[in-house]
Amino acid sequence: MTDAMPVGDRKPLPPPVDETGVVGWARKNLFSSWGNGITTIVLIAAVVWILNWFLEWALFTANFTATTGSECRGGGACWALIREKFRYIFFGSFPYQQHWRPLFAVITMLAMLVLSADRRMWNWRLLVIWGVGSFITFLLMFGQIHIPLSLILFVALAGGVIGLTLRSALAPSSERMAYYALIGIGVVGLALRIAGVLPKWSIAIAPLSYVETSLWGGLPVTLILATYGLAFAFPYGILLALGRRSNLPLIKGLCVGFIELIRGVPLISLLIMASVMLPLFLPSGTTIDKFLRAQVAVILFAGAYIAEVIRGGLQSLPKGQFEAADAMGLNYPQKTLLIILPQALRVVIPPLINTFIGFFKDTSLVLIIGIFDFLNTANQALVDPNWAGFPGEVYLFAAFVYFIFCFSMSRYSKYLEFELNKGTRR
Amino acid sequence: MAATARDLSKAESVIQLKGVNKWYGQFHVLTDINLDVKEGEKIVICGPSGSGKSTLIRCINRLEEHQRGDIVVHGVTLSNDVKNIEAIRREVGMVFQSFNLFPHLTILDNLTLAPIWVKKMPKKEAEEIAMSLLTRVRIPEQALKYPGQLSGGQQQRVAIARALCMRPKIMLFDEPTSALDPEMVKEVLDVMIELAREGMTMLCVTHEMGFARAVADRVIFMDRGEIVEQNEPEEFFANPRNDRTKLFLGQILHNH
Repeated sequence: MTDAMPVGDRKPLPPPVDETGVVGWARKNLFSSWGNGITTIVLIAAVVWILNWFLEWALFTANFTATTGSECRGGGACWALIREKFRYIFFGSFPYQQHWRPLFAVITMLAMLVLSADRRMWNWRLLVIWGVGSFITFLLMFGQIHIPLSLILFVALAGGVIGLTLRSALAPSSERMAYYALIGIGVVGLALRIAGVLPKWSIAIAPLSYVETSLWGGLPVTLILATYGLAFAFPYGILLALGRRSNLPLIKGLCVGFIELIRGVPLISLLIMASVMLPLFLPSGTTIDKFLRAQVAVILFAGAYIAEVIRGGLQSLPKGQFEAADAMGLNYPQKTLLIILPQALRVVIPPLINTFIGFFKDTSLVLIIGIFDFLNTANQALVDPNWAGFPGEVYLFAAFVYFIFCFSMSRYSKYLEFELNKGTRR
Repeated sequence: MAATARDLSKAESVIQLKGVNKWYGQFHVLTDINLDVKEGEKIVICGPSGSGKSTLIRCINRLEEHQRGDIVVHGVTLSNDVKNIEAIRREVGMVFQSFNLFPHLTILDNLTLAPIWVKKMPKKEAEEIAMSLLTRVRIPEQALKYPGQLSGGQQQRVAIARALCMRPKIMLFDEPTSALDPEMVKEVLDVMIELAREGMTMLCVTHEMGFARAVADRVIFMDRGEIVEQNEPEEFFANPRNDRTKLFLGQILHNH
């Protein structure tokens, strides 16, 4: 409204005194009636009793220093077990002398995630952060990376195609020429490589000893599966959601079919298929790393769920937004990237983060196919006969670590919602 | 009145509709529409709800697809060719009943979006044009706010400025004042009247008969998907010939 109507000399009154301050608040919210007062007292007593029991067990009578399981028995919590086993729980069977490598890989990934959580980084910087971060992470984990020529050529081709599609509207002709050049190099190079003219050549970066994925374990495995699972599933889910709303029947049909198929089976069955059945269909001699297969299964599965969440956001937009973008002459990629997705994604932040949290925990299902993620290594720590009989402590510890990650995501979701709606809130 | 003084017969025709037909399923929304719009002409289209008037102007920039007949805009025939459609949309601006501003962008970004992305205009130039247009619709001080922070009348003026930012040759208005509170109708109509006096070719679906009298060269009455009657505004309001027109005018003028 532009101008307020005149209201004369009436002055605003202060709020009633008995509803402000601590006493006022408690009277209004905790003891507003006899029934509410009794409920409050009973609940406070229950909380105090449970907390007292838990602290007694977890802190006051706990054993932090025992060297074997038998020394631990009889008292409270046996945290000495965690002290003894934490390196195995965090890093699994990774060679013991090299544990600094997964440690720094985890730190790199966390830094990468924290940096990309900042809205000011959501531009070309994001690509740099993820490129550098991923390179360091996998160099530390593997120890040696061989970059084959065909991969470089493929990246050139993909980069050219993506650049051309996304930037076709804005890029000056020199930039467009660069994309065409990249595509040209990629296509010609790949053709020559397939024809056998170019040799099977690769760049070797090998500063450390090689550690294969079957030795990986613990927190880095969980983080890699979740981070890269969701990082790939997110754009893939967006494409699926857009495809499902496409006017082209073939694209729509494929997307609907894929989403329904994936949603119709449990993740475990998909993981088992990836680990047991897929190798049967591959030509003998070719092997795909088990870890990679699990990763792909997670991406496909998460993609289908994310697609449905995003579709909800797309459907919540009024038709007028699409029409206004059309009437201005924006083409489909411009309309989608500038108008539709920024609004649709904003709407679905809470369910999207909910899905992310769900998948972070669901990565623990890979223990079914013998991958040692964080929960699985915690599980294995219980097997030691010297320390038998303290499952509660280990699972509580694992739960605590999972909670830290999930709670951070939940807080971040709240921050993001606030941050993105800053301008649009009245 | 001012407009009728000009001689439109020599002007070039910029929009031609020849035998246009459209169906929604079994429902025949547009029946044999023939219309020829001259450059600089202002046309007001009125009629009862469901008469197909919005559908008609939405066919001109292909927000709706017609099934029979030809629509030619600035010499370009509308077809399924995306390039043709985009070419026409660059020349034709549109203002909607529900404003349809982009709520996640500031007013300034709403205005500069199409010039930057569709016309590849440098950002600085686009912002200069946008600010001069916001000054023209009398709300330059709102440039950095978001649409949700503006009143309905202000939003609709922003929407008009946004359409003008593309320097269109033709403007389509789809009931631009119907969603506004009564006290805001005038500020939007004033902007539209100013635009008409500057010589813009305009097609307006509206029931604002005062606006029709002030600027229209021609008033078209539609009912059940047909153009029932068209005439200069003076004649149209003084001596409606068709019974349906008389009935409609009786109803809406009675309410005013």
